[in-house]
Amino acid sequence: MVVIDSQDLARAARVSAVRATHRGKSSHIGSCLSVIDILAVLYSGVARVRPEAPEDPARDIVILSKGHAAAGLYSVLAHSGFFPLEWLADFSLDGSRLGGHVTSTAVPGVELSTGSLGHGLPFGVGLALAAKRTGAPRKVFVVMSDGECDEGTTWESALLAAHHGLDNLVVAVDRNHLQSLADTEQTLRLEPFAEKWSAFGWEVLTVDGHDHDGLRSALDTPRESASGEQRPRVVICETVKGKGVSFMENQVLWHYRSPDDKALATALSELLPGAEDR
Amino acid sequence: MRDAFLDELSALAREDDRVFLIVGDLGFSVIEDFAAEFPDRFLNVGVAEQTMIGVAAGLAASGYRVFVYSIGNFPTMRCLEQIRNDVCYHERSVTVVAVGAGFSYGPMGYTHHAIEDVAVMRALPRMTVLSPADAVEARVLTRYAAGLEGPCYLRLGKNGEPRLHQAPLDVDEAVGGQVLCEGDDVTVLATGSIASLAVEAADLLRGRGIAARVVSVPVIEPLPESVLDQARGTAGIVTLEEHSARGGLGSAVLETAARMRMTLPVTVMGTDDSALGRHVGTTAYMRAMNGLTVQSVADAAASLARADGPSNLSPGSPRA
Repeated sequence: MVVIDSQDLARAARVSAVRATHRGKSSHIGSCLSVIDILAVLYSGVARVRPEAPEDPARDIVILSKGHAAAGLYSVLAHSGFFPLEWLADFSLDGSRLGGHVTSTAVPGVELSTGSLGHGLPFGVGLALAAKRTGAPRKVFVVMSDGECDEGTTWESALLAAHHGLDNLVVAVDRNHLQSLADTEQTLRLEPFAEKWSAFGWEVLTVDGHDHDGLRSALDTPRESASGEQRPRVVICETVKGKGVSFMENQVLWHYRSPDDKALATALSELLPGAEDR
Repeated sequence: MRDAFLDELSALAREDDRVFLIVGDLGFSVIEDFAAEFPDRFLNVGVAEQTMIGVAAGLAASGYRVFVYSIGNFPTMRCLEQIRNDVCYHERSVTVVAVGAGFSYGPMGYTHHAIEDVAVMRALPRMTVLSPADAVEARVLTRYAAGLEGPCYLRLGKNGEPRLHQAPLDVDEAVGGQVLCEGDDVTVLATGSIASLAVEAADLLRGRGIAARVVSVPVIEPLPESVLDQARGTAGIVTLEEHSARGGLGSAVLETAARMRMTLPVTVMGTDDSALGRHVGTTAYMRAMNGLTVQSVADAAASLARADGPSNLSPGSPRA
């Protein structure tokens, strides 16, 4: 079980993710910074995972379906002890096993390669259904982006999970309100978002996606099925894209822009330099 | 083929409690027995093919050996990226089963004609592509698929295909390609139920003094070299499939022959692009509209046999 403090983990992961996208000249740092608190809470006690036994058959499953936030996930995994921190140094560079989108091949702790949106939830439904069918006490966590909810598979799977009462499935939506080109509501309106999930038969909670206590209590569903109606849970995590770096916050520009030397220095000065070494 | 598949799958499920069947809301009147006997290993996901493959990948990652059943292009093209990413690149043991190969659903219109599927599935890494010719082959290949580690595509006809094998086959016999007619003059390599046309063409050729060797080729990818070895000593190869002439059996044969440095002439017979989408009708009618008839197969084979030696046969008119 990972017992690292979630705040320490998130702080260190933010620094590592900014550094990785700077070195790798890669995109999506804004997306990483918005989701890191969610991942940090999952990997610091909510999900039953063990870095020393990443393929433990009894483990819970965490799937980052918004695979473009790879630097965020890899940073959280590395700081949790799934693989050496040094691996982050060549993120997305020649020969690295850490691709610019989440890649499971030879990366401990990664359950599914993602990067094409809309793949994580169907896969998670399959795992949750298998656990139900075999009586395994496994929980499955799928972390999605809000833009990803444009994908038809999201709603196909939402129907299926509710139909089968998969209360061992938890979806966390990183609701940062920004997708590739503009605000989600300008692009393809999602609101009323909570009501949509609710209408599909899900238990819906909305939390501040950067408040670890709130995230923890929303994501940490009971392991035993409750009596009565069994529903999958979606936690709508209200987040800020680029969270923690003032000039990146709520800026669609940082969906794609890679931090240059100057941006890196400014970002690090805001993110408590030295946190990565803890 | 469909009934043989489900019958064999039920037998496999009795032997191995990892066998799981997912359907995409299709299979009326054929999947009910499996669903009743193995309710814990059956799932109808509804009309949601992309989710169907993702769920299959999740079940496979949990230890099940998953068969996914639908018809036509629905379980392949509609969810191609799910098959690529979630199944093939993760090397998961999922067999995609499509009923309605080629023009099996000819009268239903071209949405239901599966004639590019093999090309698309063959291009995916680690994918095994199986295309039985009759119920006997369907049965043994179902068992073969269940034993594979990794992804598989099983392309089935419907029901009532001509039976080409009188006795059950064992797996090794089936996989290497089955000689349906003996002959030394020319070889016809055929896949799927249209192999029965090749058998009829061989009868026709016999009357013309040409001995055609007809081989049923149920494993298209990876194509066993032994299949091409069966053509050695003959004048050339005609490939026959109810599928595009690009990317299917014909392409696999050409690629393999080139790799083996074989120098035999090859005539590829498949569907005719200019005819596609313009016709509706029975399987036989659709084949004819695409130039795939007993006569055209015989002519193509005769043309190769004649080129190899003195003959007074009339030129053939293959539609490649």
